[in-house]
Amino acid sequence: MNRWSLTRRRLLATGALAAATLPALARAAAAATPARLDFDELYGKISVLGLEFSEKVKALAQKKVAMRGFMAPPLKAEADFFVLTEIPMSLCPFCSSDADWPDNIVVIYLDKAQTFEQANALIEVTGTLEVGSWTDPNTGFLSRLRIVGASFGAA
Amino acid sequence: MRSFIAALTLTTCLVSVADATTIYPLDRATIMIGSPFDTKVEFDKVVKADEVKLTINGEPAEKVLGKDVQFVEKEQGVDASAVLIRAGAIAKPGTYEVKATAGGETKTVSWHVYATPTSAKAKNVIFFLGDGMSVAHRTGARIMSKGMTEGKANGRLNMDDLDRMAFIGTSATNAVATDSANTMSAYMTGHKTAVNALGVYADRTKNSLDDPKVETIAEALRRTTKKSIGVVSTAEIEDATPAAVVSHTRARADKAEIAGMLFDVKPDVILGGGSAYFLPKSTVGSKRKDEKDYVKMFRDEGYTFAGDKTELDAARGTNTGKILGLFHTGNMDVTLDRDFLKKGTVGKFPNQPGLVQMTSVALEQLAKNPEGFFLMVEGASIDKMSHPMDWDRAFVETIEFDKAIGLGLEFAKTHPDTLIVVTGDHTHGVSIIGTVDDEKPGTEMREKVGTYADAGFPNYEDKDGDGYPDKVDVTRRLATFSNNYPDYYETFRPKLDGPFEPSVQNEKKEYVANEKYKSVPGAVFREGNMPRSVDSEVHAVDDVVLQATGPGAEEFKGYMEESDVYRVLVDALAIAPQATN
Repeated sequence: MNRWSLTRRRLLATGALAAATLPALARAAAAATPARLDFDELYGKISVLGLEFSEKVKALAQKKVAMRGFMAPPLKAEADFFVLTEIPMSLCPFCSSDADWPDNIVVIYLDKAQTFEQANALIEVTGTLEVGSWTDPNTGFLSRLRIVGASFGAA
Repeated sequence: MRSFIAALTLTTCLVSVADATTIYPLDRATIMIGSPFDTKVEFDKVVKADEVKLTINGEPAEKVLGKDVQFVEKEQGVDASAVLIRAGAIAKPGTYEVKATAGGETKTVSWHVYATPTSAKAKNVIFFLGDGMSVAHRTGARIMSKGMTEGKANGRLNMDDLDRMAFIGTSATNAVATDSANTMSAYMTGHKTAVNALGVYADRTKNSLDDPKVETIAEALRRTTKKSIGVVSTAEIEDATPAAVVSHTRARADKAEIAGMLFDVKPDVILGGGSAYFLPKSTVGSKRKDEKDYVKMFRDEGYTFAGDKTELDAARGTNTGKILGLFHTGNMDVTLDRDFLKKGTVGKFPNQPGLVQMTSVALEQLAKNPEGFFLMVEGASIDKMSHPMDWDRAFVETIEFDKAIGLGLEFAKTHPDTLIVVTGDHTHGVSIIGTVDDEKPGTEMREKVGTYADAGFPNYEDKDGDGYPDKVDVTRRLATFSNNYPDYYETFRPKLDGPFEPSVQNEKKEYVANEKYKSVPGAVFREGNMPRSVDSEVHAVDDVVLQATGPGAEEFKGYMEESDVYRVLVDALAIAPQATN
């Protein structure tokens, strides 16, 4: 994993260097190879006083990533966002309020609204990783990690 | 007298059908003298201010309650009027007839106001609440922990030896059924309330934080005594049961606000899960919507903070006597996962203390106060593991809860002025009916269920003598079933990979059987007997057993409402004696 991310970082560095001289080519290269990000790589430190994003997440901020996971039961049948979860989402059987979301989620914003199909199938999402708190002005939904400009398909 | 009360009740019931005016506190409320409470009258339609007449025993309400009456011509979101008296109190015991009149509507209710004895029987109260603890949980815990030979238990639980008891009715003001919020609220305030409500009567307005309040035991103790207060739970500390010690809200889900209410009352010892609501919004893992940092605020008030088992041990030595211990962002893991299987979220929070250690630290700190203390200890996960029908985890939680009770009983040996109460807040529809024996022939699991003489005895072992079965997946184990369930796969086996998740939601928002368990050998689909909107097994309406020991415990007897339990507590502590002049 480390070796892989090192390679990746070197690749990005090369890309950045190239960007100065050949921007179109660099963009094409980045678009072709989104970095793979897994749920267990999101946080570096977990404690009762909060979670810290992993070095990998920090390094991938504003970059193209691909993540595999499950679409949580969407809030609406048609929307431009959904929640990607590590495991097929079953709202915890004993929670009194659905205001409680698990930590192993990433919010996905699509380019345009679309109708969602049945959840609980493994999907792969590609888009630009955004790191840090942001409140959706339309829904009031607070997210910590987002993949924006995203598209998805069967994994 | 009894027939008079019966007749009155009947009349009142008939009146309330024909007349939609509502008075809070509701009819037959029991109220401690001097205890502040909000009075609210909700009229059925818009009435004029000068038409409204609110009297208590024939006198103007503001005179009796000592606070002004506010008139609200149109309540928010409601096309009707109301009057409100905030934080009034009644000084003299007796029966009070409350009459509200306006616009042709009349409503009368009766309140019973009581004083406590003049002298206290008990200095300390330890209130052990086994969330959802039903008779089957106790039986299961006893058999798993102690074993059984030729039909006689080989040992007893600590709670088996409490010498006083009562049956407790747990229904809510709006339903025959109950949840943890309204039952614990009744225990902790002496007033019954509605499902999801804490420390308030549930009114008709949408705002969950404006409902008519009643005083909680922690507030009453702060108002009348110098006793210390402790709240210990394995759930999120803002969850319904611990929240009921201090909170006022119509909605138990107001957890961010409840963290603030904990800060308002400042119990001296606060131990549990739920740190997510103590962290400012900008911290990843926070579930707040503002930047309040309650960990810092408590620290600034002199609290020692502990974030895991090791830090809790270190905090024992604190000389402030004030500890805030938060050991999980959400609910803490259960004993079976924490100490044995290392499943659930133990990987993320590997160093969580258990209920026994938390109770021990709390008792040690609180006992430093020569004025005495009130400690609430909740075995929260008995309920949290019963909803998903994970009976093995629920029984092991009951064993741990019983061990915490053991600490209370030890403490009472050297501090005989301690009243110990052990109860549940509601039951579950669960029973043990025999055993499941893997050695029985065939592959169909139902043929391995032994009932009556075919059951024999389970073969749990406790070779290390820690009080917990060495393993729960023995070949002949307790056969435990719920009488209500969503669609699920019954596996007849303990869930060793983590807590059971019987059902999951589909795209139509219906709960369907979790396919994860379909391939377990012998698993059978069981079609639910409840609406598809229900995700798990639910609370039962059956009475709860309360047991107690120590000074004041003799008042627990026969059948009681949950709201009656409060009076026994405050009577034992004598916190509201009648003025003698």
